[in-house]
Amino acid sequence: MADIKDIDHYLNTDGLDSDREKDIGQHIGYRYDVNLLPDYDRLTPFLREYLEKMGWSDLNWLEDVHMGYEEGRPAVFDRNINGWVTVPADLDLPDSQQDRDMIARELLIRFQMSLRHPMVELNAAYRKF
Amino acid sequence: MGELKNTNAQSAGMHTEQLSGRTQQVFFDVESRENEDRFLYPGAFEVDFDKHGEIDAVDLTAREVNTQIRDLMKDGVGSITIKNPGAKHSFGVGLLNRLNLTFEGSLGYFGCGLNDGPNIRITGRVGWSCGGNMMGGTVVIEKNGGSTFGNAIRGGDLVCKGDVGSRTGIDMKGGTIIVGGRTGAFSGFMMQRGRMIILGDAGMNLGDSMYDGIIYVGGKIAGLGVDAVEGEMSELECAWIERKLEMYGLKAPNGAANLTKIVAGKQLWNYDNLEPAEKKLVL
Repeated sequence: MADIKDIDHYLNTDGLDSDREKDIGQHIGYRYDVNLLPDYDRLTPFLREYLEKMGWSDLNWLEDVHMGYEEGRPAVFDRNINGWVTVPADLDLPDSQQDRDMIARELLIRFQMSLRHPMVELNAAYRKF
Repeated sequence: MGELKNTNAQSAGMHTEQLSGRTQQVFFDVESRENEDRFLYPGAFEVDFDKHGEIDAVDLTAREVNTQIRDLMKDGVGSITIKNPGAKHSFGVGLLNRLNLTFEGSLGYFGCGLNDGPNIRITGRVGWSCGGNMMGGTVVIEKNGGSTFGNAIRGGDLVCKGDVGSRTGIDMKGGTIIVGGRTGAFSGFMMQRGRMIILGDAGMNLGDSMYDGIIYVGGKIAGLGVDAVEGEMSELECAWIERKLEMYGLKAPNGAANLTKIVAGKQLWNYDNLEPAEKKLVL
């Protein structure tokens, strides 16, 4: 993963890079660097406010949120629905993965806290106490 | 996701379908302004960290204590102290809220699991499976922890300033586990992502069958597990480790740069859809 230089590699190619991947016809592993640690100089004002509200000194669980790619589109994995949430096509993505990850974190927070998140309906239907 | 190509494996009839994540066809609504100032889950309680509450758990069951925590949050209390937890099991679980929670004493099994948001401090020790399936927030234990510390953790910081037992972070899928002392055998077993920082020694079979993620060790490693290999430290990692440890009043014994980094060798990956027969040939 660290050898991939083009930030849009998984947007522009099928991601079958190694001989092994070409042989089996399938990309092996994640389509983004799950081990990429956040650069705290890139925090957005929204994220700073969120961290302050939660009483955290760093990104906490958001350290594991990155901008990934699903079906040729930039997307963010939402663990609360176990699926990808797609980034609108007209959103300009910066050329830095660190900046993309910060956007992914902000988008995910906004989505998870919104009333249109699927968990709202599930909560209403299944909450026991 | 790339389309299936006419590959050797496909020609041999070894697989017929492409595995992929579940796409929800849900799109972010970047134009929406309705949630601009919202930082809490829908249904979470708005609490004030400056509003304090106290629960004496000496004669209470886990269910009663957890219900009382919830009732206090409902009243806007954001800082709660639990006195006399008495090493009882399952205290402080399932909290999906911002909250400062302090346990004055020790917890039994399964303490502080399934949480998403709270900052918890335990002045004593914890039993098995502390912070299991934790999603977010922080849990700090001042003394020692039991086995399967942080099992299947998905996010947040889980910190034990003392020693922990075996199988620390088994099946972890994210988040950060920090151990100030030693950890037992099979720590990081089947780790899938996330980070583990062990400042003391690590037992046998460290990182056995790990798929991804990183383990940093400050002391001696009794032995690496299958497919766990040493990796190289980067400057970004060193800065991140020092920052993270400082948050909890800890320090790497010889500096972050001298920690031993353990990663997956990625020879055991089974994320592809090869038939078992072919996999045997590969491995």
